[in-house]
Amino acid sequence: MAQEAEVSGFRRFWRRNQRAANSLFTFLAIWGIFTALNPALFTNWVTYNAIFLTLPITIFLVTTLVFVIVSGELDLAFPSVMGFSGWMFVLAYTAGVPPFPAMIFAVACGAAMGFGIGALVVYGQLSSLVATLGLNFLIRGIINIGAQGRAISASDLRDTTTYAVFAERFFLFPNQMYWAIAWIIFCTILFRSHRFGIRVQLVGDNPESAAQMGVNVKRTRMMVFAFSGLGAGLAGVFAIFVNFVWWPTNGDGTLLPALAAVFVGGTPTWGGIGTVVGGAIGALTVGFIESGVVGVGFSGYYVQFFFGLIIILSIIAHRFSGKRVR
Amino acid sequence: MSEPIVELTNIVKRFGNVAALRGVSLKVFRGEVLGLIGDNGAGKSTLIKTLAGVHPPDEGEIRIRGQHVSPWNAAAARDSGVETVFQDRALAPQHSIVTNIFMGREITGRLGFIDHARQIQEAGRLMREIGFTSKVFNPESTVGLLSGGERQGVAIARALYNEADVIVLDEPTTALSLTETQKVFNFVRTVQASGRSVVFIGHNIYHVYDIADRFVVIDRGAVAFEARKSDFGDADELIHVMHELAETGTTDHRVAG
Repeated sequence: MAQEAEVSGFRRFWRRNQRAANSLFTFLAIWGIFTALNPALFTNWVTYNAIFLTLPITIFLVTTLVFVIVSGELDLAFPSVMGFSGWMFVLAYTAGVPPFPAMIFAVACGAAMGFGIGALVVYGQLSSLVATLGLNFLIRGIINIGAQGRAISASDLRDTTTYAVFAERFFLFPNQMYWAIAWIIFCTILFRSHRFGIRVQLVGDNPESAAQMGVNVKRTRMMVFAFSGLGAGLAGVFAIFVNFVWWPTNGDGTLLPALAAVFVGGTPTWGGIGTVVGGAIGALTVGFIESGVVGVGFSGYYVQFFFGLIIILSIIAHRFSGKRVR
Repeated sequence: MSEPIVELTNIVKRFGNVAALRGVSLKVFRGEVLGLIGDNGAGKSTLIKTLAGVHPPDEGEIRIRGQHVSPWNAAAARDSGVETVFQDRALAPQHSIVTNIFMGREITGRLGFIDHARQIQEAGRLMREIGFTSKVFNPESTVGLLSGGERQGVAIARALYNEADVIVLDEPTTALSLTETQKVFNFVRTVQASGRSVVFIGHNIYHVYDIADRFVVIDRGAVAFEARKSDFGDADELIHVMHELAETGTTDHRVAG
């Protein structure tokens, strides 16, 4: 096609990354405003330590959630899957399983749970919104009944090699951040350059067409939920690396910020297209608002107000990334 | 006549209590253009979707080059060399031409990673092959921004990629301009000249008559009539047969054995 419509490298790059770029501009604008209001605080690297410690947890959730939204489904059960995986991790670890195999076991539990959720939604022909909402309560209920409200400590985890590898500090960031960045790269490649990611996008865009062309729509959808479960499993384990304690409420507060991060990141609600990198930037934006609002001198009461305001402004900004084509 | 490439025998397809296909038997021979015609609701679309593997049959047998294929689904149909250009074109409008051309048939390397460069190269080749080129779009253009005829071009290019033995065109000229219709006819003739077969479904009997070598009329979920083009003097005779079938369920039109 060399003789036909040539598209310059920059234009092609821009077209592919416009949504992620818009979410980056949104973040930089917020960062710029906060820094202008309190330069001493926001030019000090220490300010970002707390963000970089918890941001990876949101990133594991958001990046996999992007696949779910792009496939045209919704997963509201990931917070309880995250809590369940964390529970499995501390149970295995406190029962004497070395931390790395315990970690693998917990993440596998998350993926298996996600697969089960996907099977129920796909083969039960249920609305994923309602089914996963119900399952979120159900799984949390199982956790509460099983744990009887008791937290489980894993304080000696910090003396292990696994902790050193996954959560010690190296150079500027806690190790979690490096793992999260590696995960973003992996998910981006999976989304853009692997058959699985391409089929997730096609199924989200037009499931009938995908089925007519031989794409196994049901299997793709189930795998998407399994992948979301895997991300929730990773988030559940990394949450233990932060506090060394598992609470039965682990993951409870992640539902709305993670979903908001997906949309702030530029993935539209209608499915078919999306951005993993944008989702990660959305996670950074959402994480930054919380500490940023207090940092510029507002009381904690303002956090939710600004949170909502920025989400709405981001969604409006993403309208300029292009409307849905049919 | 040679051995059929596709042979459907006593195909039954039900939707609840309604039998959309009631024991359809059909053969497609190498290098022929088979015109499939019938009234609205006759069962043409169900038959095409069954042939494309979208609706697996409830009863009956599908043989490809003499081999029974089971299970029969969309992937099996494409693997067996049956490509379908659906009436709705089966496209993903938010994605590029190249992604649509390789939908369900991605060119992958090890571990399922897409070979983007080869896909773009192949898409370009296919688009040139069918004369589907323009200064305003390229393989990475978004399908949703193309015209109806251009979208048809994407669906046809996709059908060509696999070097399929049989290409099924479901109402390919609907809503197309005269020029675009002519392009579709040229495509059919090119495919036939390469020794492959085409099943051409249409409402416009004049279009079907122009392009097909043989006709199968579907009525009330069954094959009501089969004839070669040489059995008719012109398209009006074929239309007359269809009127007879619609009114009486039978025709006295004689066909050569």
